[in-house]
Amino acid sequence: MSIHNKKLFLLCLATLAGLFVLQFLLSDYLVLAFTRILILAVFAMGYNVLMGYTGLVSLGHAMFFGAGVYGAGLSSYYLGVSLPVAFLAGILAAIALSFLIGLLALRTQTVSFMIVTLMFSQAAFLLILYFSEFTGGDQGLTLPTSARSFSLFGLEVDMTSDVARYNLALTVFGVVLLGLFAFTQGPVGRLLIAVRENEDRTRMLGFDTYAIKLLAFTVSGGISGVAGALYGLMFGYIGSAFAEFKISIEALLFTLVGGPGTLLGPLVGTGLMTLLIDRLSGLTTAYLIVIGALLVAVTLWFPTGILGTLRDRWLPWLK
Amino acid sequence: MDIVPYLLLATLEGLVQASVLMLTALGLSLVFGVMRVVNVSHGEFFMLGAVAAWVCANLIPGPPYVPFIAALLIAPVFVGALAWAADWAILKRINYNPEATIVSTIGLMYIIQQMTLITFGPDAQAVDAPFYYTVRFPWFGYSGYKFFIIAVAIVLVGGLLYLLRHSKVGLYMRATQFDKETAQNFGIPVTKVYSGVFAVGAMLAAIGGVLVVPSQQAHYLMGHDPLLLSFVVVIVGGLGSIPGTIAAAILIGMSDGLLSVFFSPTLAKIFSTLLVALVLVFRPQGLFGKAGR
Repeated sequence: MSIHNKKLFLLCLATLAGLFVLQFLLSDYLVLAFTRILILAVFAMGYNVLMGYTGLVSLGHAMFFGAGVYGAGLSSYYLGVSLPVAFLAGILAAIALSFLIGLLALRTQTVSFMIVTLMFSQAAFLLILYFSEFTGGDQGLTLPTSARSFSLFGLEVDMTSDVARYNLALTVFGVVLLGLFAFTQGPVGRLLIAVRENEDRTRMLGFDTYAIKLLAFTVSGGISGVAGALYGLMFGYIGSAFAEFKISIEALLFTLVGGPGTLLGPLVGTGLMTLLIDRLSGLTTAYLIVIGALLVAVTLWFPTGILGTLRDRWLPWLK
Repeated sequence: MDIVPYLLLATLEGLVQASVLMLTALGLSLVFGVMRVVNVSHGEFFMLGAVAAWVCANLIPGPPYVPFIAALLIAPVFVGALAWAADWAILKRINYNPEATIVSTIGLMYIIQQMTLITFGPDAQAVDAPFYYTVRFPWFGYSGYKFFIIAVAIVLVGGLLYLLRHSKVGLYMRATQFDKETAQNFGIPVTKVYSGVFAVGAMLAAIGGVLVVPSQQAHYLMGHDPLLLSFVVVIVGGLGSIPGTIAAAILIGMSDGLLSVFFSPTLAKIFSTLLVALVLVFRPQGLFGKAGR
């Protein structure tokens, strides 16, 4: 396989190497913070496939993150399957759900699409609350201690160890990043961008834009599910807060700040925003005000985000 | 067991809910119809109305109806001014781009909500009804204030419809809604109409908020449910159609009232959110709307 965008590929590898070294430099607290950032960055990267590359703004991705959390968490909690199996169950749940929702939601356009995804996501959130005897509702469920470690191919991983968690998150992040590099920089990625730039023209050229969008939607939802499943299993807790509207908005914000339609933008956005929110929530309970102010500020003055601005001004290969 | 009293109670509760919903949803529908803007912060304008009523009740002395009437006048003016400022500072500058307005009004929603949390506090606060009068039915007594809510809503909606159909301002609004460019060519100040419509939409929500406080308490997160239900109404009624919005408000308000009495409120909400999603998917012009131009 030939690699088209060598500069970007090297930047991805350098980023992964940098993130690996980071764990030896940072304090324990920051390693934990970066573990969360890596998982949420996977979520934002999944969101970015749809929003940044395909140009479809969803307000319901908490539903797919939640599908990952609950698919993995419930199968571990009730069926007692091993962690890798639960992880796969979470991803499959998210893929199946996003395929189904995509099938329906993609019949609508722009604003209607945003509202439809929001409404489905809200219905999913309410269903979690309605079946709280089974799901734990807003109290949530804590996974049993037996579900805190696993062995895979002779490798023992203990999920209560900070080092193990960081490296596991980094591994998943790396796999998703390289996978998305191949996906977005290859021929399919060009189709996504073609749909974003001019859907009618893409259809006229003979492409089935509905199928392309459905693929983007399913991939996007599936990756969100990867993040959700990892988050739920890694911290041993599932709860309805993972499927709240706020989670969808965070994915949107992380992507917007970092740069929609750039491969590393979601990581930059998630890192900056998570650290900022962490600091602020120590100072005030009303930290959501910052999310609000940033959403307004970004739409007003900074619509292409940090990496998007860099790309437009100086680094055209940063996609 | 006799079903009649339950049914009557549920119908009354449904009617009260439908009245408030009609006001809030009309605001949202007006803004969407004329400006093509989906205002996600609409629920916060509703909440600000309720909070303003509480502030009035605490600052203005006298029997309960004095601060209540004051709130009914002050809250819409205050919220309308805030909406006007938001239109000037944000919406105008992003040129009413549909997706950007949704994102920025989500931002506005968080800002208003959290500012209220900082100043007003996290607790729900009760406000006295302006008057106490119980309407006696053979089975139970019912708050006369709730009939007052229904009356106010009918008067306001009637007035609004009359203005839209028979006044110059209404003509401006309809012209802008129909074709923005042509309206501008005929000398209609479209940007002023937009600012005005956004402010009026917010004022309707604020009045809804004031009316609801005596029976529901003011809380900084209370805007969430009215926003969701208004979305439901506006979409089911047909995007931008005022008569459709009124019909849908009554339908949704009543069915929500009935479902909440006989089943669980969560189930009622699941039902209405799924209804919206499916209406948008399979009948984007809404249940009552005509096919788009």
